[in-house]
Amino acid sequence: MKKVSIQFKLNGVLRQLKAAPNDTLLELLRDKLGVKSPKTGCDRGDCGTCTVFMDGRTVRACLVLAPEADGREITTLEAISKNPSPLQKEFAKRNSFQCGFCAPGIVLSATELLKKNKRPTREEIQEAIAGNLCRCTGYTPIIEAIEAVAGKRGA
Amino acid sequence: MPELKTKPHSKRNHEPPKHDGSKKPAWVKPALELPPQETPRTAPEASQTAYKVVGTSAERIDGWEKVTGAAKFTDDIEFGPGLLYACVVESPHAHAKIKRIDTRAAEKVPGVVKVATGKDFPFKFGLYMKDRYVFAQDRVRFVGEQVAAVIACDPKTAKRAAALVKADYEVLPPVLDPVKALEKDSALIHPDLGKYAHVPWFFPKAKTNIAHWRKIRKGDVEKGFREADFILEDTYTVPRYAHCAIEPHSAIGLFDASGRLSMWTASQSPFTQRHGFAEALSGLGLSHKDVRVITPYVGGGFGGKAGISMEILGAALATAVKGQPVKVMWSRAQEFYNTYQRQGVVAKVKLGVKKNGLITALEHTLYWDAGAYVEYGANVVNAVGLSATGPYKIDNVKIDSLCVYTNLPPGGPYRGFGYSEFFFGLESHITRAARQLKMDPVAFRRKNAIREGDILTYGAPMNPNGLLEAIDKTAAAIEWGKPQKPSGPDKAVGKSLVLFWKAPAMPPNASSCAFLKFNEDASLNILVSGMEIGQGLLTVMAQIASEILTVPVSKIRVETPDTDRNPYEWQTVASHVTWGCGNAVKRAALDAREQIFDVVQRTLHLSKDSLYLEDAKVKCRTKPGWELPFESFIIAGIEAEDHTFKGGPVMGRGMFMPEFSSAISDPETGQGGHPNVHYTTGAGGVVLEIDKRTGKAKVLKAALAVDVGKALNPDLIRGQVTGGMLQGLATVLYEDMRFDEKGRLLNPSFSDYKIPTALDIPEVVIPIIVESAQPDGPFGARGMGEHTMIPAAAMVANAVEDAVGARIKSMPLTAEKIALELNKK
Ligand code: FES
Ligand code: FES
Repeated sequence: MKKVSIQFKLNGVLRQLKAAPNDTLLELLRDKLGVKSPKTGCDRGDCGTCTVFMDGRTVRACLVLAPEADGREITTLEAISKNPSPLQKEFAKRNSFQCGFCAPGIVLSATELLKKNKRPTREEIQEAIAGNLCRCTGYTPIIEAIEAVAGKRGA
Repeated sequence: MPELKTKPHSKRNHEPPKHDGSKKPAWVKPALELPPQETPRTAPEASQTAYKVVGTSAERIDGWEKVTGAAKFTDDIEFGPGLLYACVVESPHAHAKIKRIDTRAAEKVPGVVKVATGKDFPFKFGLYMKDRYVFAQDRVRFVGEQVAAVIACDPKTAKRAAALVKADYEVLPPVLDPVKALEKDSALIHPDLGKYAHVPWFFPKAKTNIAHWRKIRKGDVEKGFREADFILEDTYTVPRYAHCAIEPHSAIGLFDASGRLSMWTASQSPFTQRHGFAEALSGLGLSHKDVRVITPYVGGGFGGKAGISMEILGAALATAVKGQPVKVMWSRAQEFYNTYQRQGVVAKVKLGVKKNGLITALEHTLYWDAGAYVEYGANVVNAVGLSATGPYKIDNVKIDSLCVYTNLPPGGPYRGFGYSEFFFGLESHITRAARQLKMDPVAFRRKNAIREGDILTYGAPMNPNGLLEAIDKTAAAIEWGKPQKPSGPDKAVGKSLVLFWKAPAMPPNASSCAFLKFNEDASLNILVSGMEIGQGLLTVMAQIASEILTVPVSKIRVETPDTDRNPYEWQTVASHVTWGCGNAVKRAALDAREQIFDVVQRTLHLSKDSLYLEDAKVKCRTKPGWELPFESFIIAGIEAEDHTFKGGPVMGRGMFMPEFSSAISDPETGQGGHPNVHYTTGAGGVVLEIDKRTGKAKVLKAALAVDVGKALNPDLIRGQVTGGMLQGLATVLYEDMRFDEKGRLLNPSFSDYKIPTALDIPEVVIPIIVESAQPDGPFGARGMGEHTMIPAAAMVANAVEDAVGARIKSMPLTAEKIALELNKK
């Protein structure tokens, strides 16, 4: 397949590269650009481990084709972790994650929620992370951490 | 690892011990020899129970790495532009003979480096029984089995070329049902079964599909049934399930020009893999020292990443492309159909009970759908055979646990190791028996609950346990006996309480080791080969070392395994690492402490007996105010009067093997031996609301009490309960694997095999910690990771009956099935 040239801003830095039109953004990030926090859990949009921000909104990088990322702004957990958020600190403090494979996706989904909604209800939190599968935790410790941070922010 | 022997174990003639139930032998303390300095030598006032670090909810030492995305999993490791990718060619048939494989077209694709088939690797492997092959040889035994692989410069080329490999088959009738597989005219899945090497505690039946038959004969079961006032008999069925760890399996192999094989794998079992790779590939001249397995963080295991499954491909294929690393990465679909699956089972339960509520006899026959290869799964069958009484004192027991080959994907370990499966039937049955007696199901369980010293199925005594406390606390948590109002007229609420137990299923000589190295600033690196699979092993190991050496957890790093550098560990399975690896770390810490005391005594002439550790300093009972910080000598040693230095870097070494365990018993009765090191017991309870129109069940409250011996980190234990409980509830409320009549899996994706999301959780989960010390556990601890999943299925089945009067005897209990039952009425 003929390669196309695309460019996007990745964590604040403009990147240019050649990609096959059927390459996914997830493949570009992980295999070509060495950004490893988005994970490949299913490669078909079911699990949410590949979550990244595209123009400020979460997307599943395994469902975004390379040309669709052209001209966009992509932010991954790597950028957020340079200056860790209260949410990340709360997750760590509460031992919210176990294996941690779902963590990058969930941190981003929850970050987006708290940006949009300062005081989400428990149901809204559950909704917001329902697209991120976690097999280890039973979700409760994750939900509780998000609740705790939301409470603090509003206070 | 025990030696695999081709010859089945010769029949032994020992007399089965008598089980009249009148004598209760004291719990035999295993010979756990610890050095004399075992007595606490921390602060003088510290007593055995006043721990400073163990028992606290220390923050996970891997937490920060995980929430920042810094944590590296196997697929995150970079191998540079030389990395090759393999794509597997799979069998479309459940059972067929391979006539020929034509790889020519695939080989011509630009970018293809090598196409490998079974002919290139005529090697067998297997953990407990060598019945598996790197690639299918002359016959395929399940849909999706690997018959060939294409190695290419990029994954897309490998995939395209793999589609060009042509394999011709002669299709054979598939055997898909474990009961039919036992019929005389059933096709044989392994005609050479009689020749397979296996551990001495397996009893395969040549020229049948029975790969192993675990028998227990305790007391006199016929007499037991004669004494019973009534007998309840029924059959329960459990389908197959998938682990669904969110991280797929992956393996990268590099066989370098010097002949050394390095493997990076997503695995719970680095040393078992090293042994397996070295054995399987010994034909290529590999020795164990030449094989190195590196295992970074694992994104969920649940048993699915134990032993060796697809990783053998990475190892074998690496040898075919010497000098270049090659990656094998499973897709989510392969994750479903070509890794271990939880085995299905058909279980017949016959229970004899007296009017006064005493159980007199149990006959439990289990037909396991073990799949195409049982090298690991047969030990699940074995473990259940030893334990299928549940935590009850039953004097007359007959158990037959049969491992049956079928043409479905290989069965294997899944959190709970067979116990979740048999408890669905057994605990359903126990509640039904109680109801028939008009006895309270909790009182009935209490009455028959096993106690310390009661005789287990194989003749050894039961360990100390807090089962009764677990029952009482769970009953209180769900307000047992107090009716709860449904939330609407079309709703009904049911409650239930069930018991569970589980022992680690391990070879009798499974061992764990630890090295502990001090650094200049008195920080510590601990090397173990227990795996961090999410359970928090690294943190708990740090806590154990911290407790003894008084170095804070924040100054301890526990390294993930590299078999070249980290010491031996059997595997991270069986909920045994807190106990086994924890004992090894504790011994390593005691060893280091002894070295510290020794050098202080030699140089400063303070008697060892007067020394103790506090805040990473050596202190002395007879010299108040004196202290020696670790940093001053822990690497550099202590300067003596003559200006020479004594001591040097302090390095602790610890090893643990349960020297009291043995797996050999009489094949016909299962009597003798001490195959299980101990049982962890507990109880689970649920309050469930059913919508009578739709059959949809909502878990209002789930409680689980588990006797952990000693909670080394209560927060992590609560995390295990919350996670394991949901995983268990998922098996009964949402999930199951569906196969068609040709043995094809119909739902190999998260869209069709629905695991719970954050919207599908119980309203309240109540973890309850019971602490009845395990005498040979580190600080009294025993394992509890798997146990949290075990009671869920029976809990739900009993609560459904309590709510709407429908008794469902096959899993799962989906809304559809409950609604259908209600419509029958
Ligand atoms: S990998 Fe993208 S949703 Fe699963
Ligand atoms: S912590 Fe393991 S998948 Fe979420």
